[in-house]
Amino acid sequence: MSIDRRQFLKIAGASALLGLGGLSTSHLLLRSSLEAAQGLTDPSVIPDPKALVAKRWGMVVDMSKFKTEEDYKKVMDACHHIHNVPTIGNPKEEIKWIWKETYEHAFPGQEDKFLSEEIKHLPFLVLCNHCENPPCVRVCPTKATFKRKSDGIVMMDMHRCIGCRFCMAGCPYGARSFNYRDPRPFINEANRLPYDTAFTKGQEFQKGNLSFPTRMRGVVEKCTFCYERLAIGLKPACVEASQGALIFGDLEDPNSEVRRVLSARYSFRRKPELGTHPSVYYIL
Amino acid sequence: MYDGWKVIIGIIIFIGIATFPFLYDIGKASVPPPEPKIDTPEIQKMVEKKCVESKSFMKTEHMVMLNDWRDLVVRDGNRLYIATNGKEYAMSLQNTCMKCHSNKKKFCDECHNYVAVKPYCWDCHIEPKEDET
Repeated sequence: MSIDRRQFLKIAGASALLGLGGLSTSHLLLRSSLEAAQGLTDPSVIPDPKALVAKRWGMVVDMSKFKTEEDYKKVMDACHHIHNVPTIGNPKEEIKWIWKETYEHAFPGQEDKFLSEEIKHLPFLVLCNHCENPPCVRVCPTKATFKRKSDGIVMMDMHRCIGCRFCMAGCPYGARSFNYRDPRPFINEANRLPYDTAFTKGQEFQKGNLSFPTRMRGVVEKCTFCYERLAIGLKPACVEASQGALIFGDLEDPNSEVRRVLSARYSFRRKPELGTHPSVYYIL
Repeated sequence: MYDGWKVIIGIIIFIGIATFPFLYDIGKASVPPPEPKIDTPEIQKMVEKKCVESKSFMKTEHMVMLNDWRDLVVRDGNRLYIATNGKEYAMSLQNTCMKCHSNKKKFCDECHNYVAVKPYCWDCHIEPKEDET
């Protein structure tokens, strides 16, 4: 029996259609029967409904509320304890998320000749500014540091950091620290929380905070606006410990606390001339 | 064939060296397969002893799952995992996985040592404290 070209094409076309249709129906049937048999659905992921959300997180540092050494210490300690920030001792290897800086270092170019002695010697509390236009993010070759689209936090993904330190060179605020050595041995007894505040209650401390990771040798770290606390509905640790000296809220929401403070009082930011648009404001 | 003996001796020596590891192992007891333990206090307390997903899935896919969780949490800010059975879990190695599997040495290391893989989770994530027994 011979077959001509016309017949061949007809048979080929029909069988292709049959095959495709059969495949998709059998797939559908198989799937629905599987799901019906086990009552299963595809796993999905959602953010914690308790999470605090904002368009752009910002902070106001009210320097008038920092009077004594203790006022600074409790804020810095709260952050450094809860994030397992090591105390190395050598200033060249120092790791810091929030720290004190003199006026002339924090606001270079703004120091006037006859600045009041009070301001001149007032240590300013500085941290990562979570810039709107962050230079660290721009230079990171692995996207280990990135700006969250949802709330403007400049995040660190420690899993991706290769320790090239471009971001440290890029950051004009010195907000980033490099782990020159394994930080674990330096998260010691001194890093235990000396007092039991609301956010540590019920947690057992062996060596630092056991519910937060440490870092390893060769990665860069910095303040993350406590993204891990925001995600479960808590304000950042420093804000909680400061008892009103640090004000935290949504910069895009005109009714937020930060916006109310900013509209009522004169505020300034670090190195505004660089165009990074910091999210941390200072009032005196 | 020129230098036939030398060539043959060379081949014999080569075969000897190449098969040495296999011959050396003949008759020796093989390394026993790993037996990860799940008898932790937290798991004993559970009424229905079930992980986030089925045992077979976890056995073969946990590394993929942990990588997915890592990216979902750190990069996308999604923290809750709704499993195929509808239950919700916080996606956290340190606070969810290790809360039940607090026996890292007998659970994680048992297999990882057997297959000679060294996951770098514990460079940063804090492993649960275990009794030195």
